Amino acid sequence: MSETVVGGAPAQLAAPGSAGASPWTLARRRLLRNRVAMTMVGVLVVIVVACLAAPLYAHHVAHTDPFRSNLDGTTIVNGKTVPIMQEESGGLGLGVTPIGPTWDLRHYFLGADDQGRDVASRLLYGGRNSLIIGVSAALLTCILATIVGLVAGFFGGIVDGILSRLLDVVWAFPVYLLAISLSTVLLTRGLRIGPFHLEAGSLLLPISIIAVVYVPYVARPVRGEVLSLRQREFVEAAIGLGASTWRLLWSDILPNVTTTVIVFFPLMIAIDMLTESALSFLSIGVQPPSASWGTIILDGQGLLYTRPVVALAPGIAIAVTVLALNVLGDGIRDALDPRAKHRAPGGR
Amino acid sequence: MRRVPTILVAAAVVAALAAAAGYASSAAPSRTGSTATAARAALMQAHRGGTLKLQAKAAGGTLDPQVNYTLEYWQLYQATYDGLLGFTKAGGNAAFTVVPDIAANLPTPTNGGKKWVFKIRKGIKFSNGKQVTPDDVVASFRRIFKVKSPTSGTFYAGIVGAAACLKKPATCTLKGGVIADDKKWTVTINLVAPDSEFKYRVAVPHASIVPADSPPRDAGTKPIPGTGAYYFASFDPNKQLVMKRNPYFKEWSHAAQPDGYPDEIIQTYGLTVEAQITAIENGQADWTLEAPPADRLGEMGSKYASQVHIEPLTAFWYAPMNTNLAPFNNLKARQAVNYAIDRNAAVKIFGGPKLATPSCQVLPPGFPGHKDYCPYTKNPGTKWSAPDLAKARQLVKESGTAGQKVAVVMQDDEVNKAMGIYLQSVLNSIGYKATVKPISPNLFFTYAQNTKNKVQINVQQWYQDYPAASDFLYILFGCESFHPGSDSSINIAGFCNKKINDQMKKNLLLAVEDEAAANVKWAQIDRQVTDQAPMATLFNPKHIDFVSKRVGNFVFSKEFYWLVDQSWVQ
Repeated sequence: MSETVVGGAPAQLAAPGSAGASPWTLARRRLLRNRVAMTMVGVLVVIVVACLAAPLYAHHVAHTDPFRSNLDGTTIVNGKTVPIMQEESGGLGLGVTPIGPTWDLRHYFLGADDQGRDVASRLLYGGRNSLIIGVSAALLTCILATIVGLVAGFFGGIVDGILSRLLDVVWAFPVYLLAISLSTVLLTRGLRIGPFHLEAGSLLLPISIIAVVYVPYVARPVRGEVLSLRQREFVEAAIGLGASTWRLLWSDILPNVTTTVIVFFPLMIAIDMLTESALSFLSIGVQPPSASWGTIILDGQGLLYTRPVVALAPGIAIAVTVLALNVLGDGIRDALDPRAKHRAPGGR
Repeated sequence: MRRVPTILVAAAVVAALAAAAGYASSAAPSRTGSTATAARAALMQAHRGGTLKLQAKAAGGTLDPQVNYTLEYWQLYQATYDGLLGFTKAGGNAAFTVVPDIAANLPTPTNGGKKWVFKIRKGIKFSNGKQVTPDDVVASFRRIFKVKSPTSGTFYAGIVGAAACLKKPATCTLKGGVIADDKKWTVTINLVAPDSEFKYRVAVPHASIVPADSPPRDAGTKPIPGTGAYYFASFDPNKQLVMKRNPYFKEWSHAAQPDGYPDEIIQTYGLTVEAQITAIENGQADWTLEAPPADRLGEMGSKYASQVHIEPLTAFWYAPMNTNLAPFNNLKARQAVNYAIDRNAAVKIFGGPKLATPSCQVLPPGFPGHKDYCPYTKNPGTKWSAPDLAKARQLVKESGTAGQKVAVVMQDDEVNKAMGIYLQSVLNSIGYKATVKPISPNLFFTYAQNTKNKVQINVQQWYQDYPAASDFLYILFGCESFHPGSDSSINIAGFCNKKINDQMKKNLLLAVEDEAAANVKWAQIDRQVTDQAPMATLFNPKHIDFVSKRVGNFVFSKEFYWLVDQSWVQ
């Protein structure tokens, strides 16, 4: 992903009909005019709605429990009752293969996994978890990073020294290695800090782990932005007028770094979803029988020869979602800071 | 079509052997023996030579035969090391028969079954050229304790002097326990008490006879000279293990240590199982140690059916339940799990009915003491037919354990993990709140054994060490096998029923005098243990070997599986 730093409040370029409109309104208009970005918003809406409708689909359309093994179950294909786990009939009769895609929404649309569970239902449930983790972790990262970046950049001196070195330490670890180490420890025992306890299988664990490892990714540009803002005339003027530290941070600095964080947010969702998938694929993310797109890919790994759709479907879902989020992120950046686009080499 | 001449030669030889066998019923034994020897010589002439290429995902740890406890190397030790006695190198149940190996005779114990006198064969040489002497035998038995062999405290603890050796391994002498007589060329082993299974215990690789000057510690990757038809020429755990012909080997007993066909046997490491299967299909390798992935079974069974060998095993997959920890410290809760498990589903996870058979009891079919028994099915009797979920839920309700949290622990490989997730689903369906805890195979076995880890239920497999019912019942469910807080507590369920345990101990003594009577009793004990449900038996597995097209004369020993050196590659 390209490094994206956007400075200040939404920039205002002269445009027809823009007189009197706030920078935010102008940014919104520019975003709405970006057809590619809006197409991706549409794609994301479809994915989110489909995932939110997972229980509806599983219980009222597919009539299946996607979290329960169904190795001896049956389903209907072309009006005939067939076993979900099909024993090989040719040759020596070795092996049992889950049913493949039926392309019938009511009966194992995308086939079954190695436990005889409906892949389509699990894909939707898995998407819910992947999105929840991605969005929550990105939100948490942005909040923590904003706080750290604001404090470090504004106060400077020893506070900045300590916080910046802490960020350096976290950033010095390869992100995946750090995430894997934390997950391996915490998923075996859970997390207990005083009265605060997270159980080993809780979704909050992968959310917290992913959020923490990416804090430096956002906090460092925010800190840089704050350092720059701290020297600007309007801040100097506010200080001269006797504004309190709290007021300076809340009213003068924060609104001006918000755009940076907003641009980062969709990109962080994409990165967090990829990280979650990787951790789940390594069995240290979402724990069974819960699903995420990463765990479904893991389930499908052993079926690549016979039922590749089990791994392909979540893989495609991840790719489409991440692509949509990245394009949307770029669109938001362009909308909030059109000068950046004009400045960029080859910019349109 | 290049295979035709080989097949014709093989067919001719098989016909000759069959004719010899038919003739054997009426002919004198010496004549039969000479015919078989001639046939064998013809086969040797036709097929001797070449390199057999074996594959494994990773090396199996130390190469020391007195320390290693893996099938990966026990299979190879058959061609490289010998004990005083050995299991017959033959296919099927014949492999369970113990025959003299380094010893010239299978002695009848005296002194009430406590004294075993072995006459040592003369002229057998190690691969370093030194002759095997009674002193090597004594040193080898001492070394079992010095290297802290995993079975030193169980298989060999009954030798006089073993108690002191277990306490202070470095100074082990087995005084009064193992005595060499260089004049008579004998070794006498004295036991503390009669042991009906001692003949099996001296036939497994941990009792291999190695040179007296072998290091008194785990030799690790440095091969120790052996007496077999092959020796380990080199070993790099990251790359390969090479076995070559022992230049000093002369066949002294075809049953105990036959000469092998290939000139060289190489086991390479590092490829994924998928890649190994592909290599075999392409003729780039001859065999893989690993179980084939589920999604390749269909292809193997149809396109490569002639290269697949399936053999039933005297083994079982089971889920030990911790009888000292809630909820499974409650008999009804344990029985509920047994009723709820759909054994057919478990069989499907393993690869289908051609590769496993549902079971409810401890002893596998065909094993001494086995008598069909299955109380945990819709129609209780001798065979499992279907799960009884209603009864399971009722038992959970009666036990008062509904709603409790249960963690299913298993290895994180494909099949074990699938089995664990299936068990989680079963437990949830009968009213528990189950989670799964997959653990790396390197850690799993010891993790599950240690009571400190508070494992409630886990997925295990047990493969026989030797053909005796006690190897399942007493080893897995005897009070003496339960060591709280230890990584070596093979009674994983922590099951200790004094009444049943006393019966087992009495039966071990009975077996010394009357094995048949003891086996009848073992069948009763099997029922009692099954009724107490310290485990939920899932199925008895079959073993699948996938070999390349060029591998001929596949011989499967029920004791040590494929006898690699008895197959030819040219």
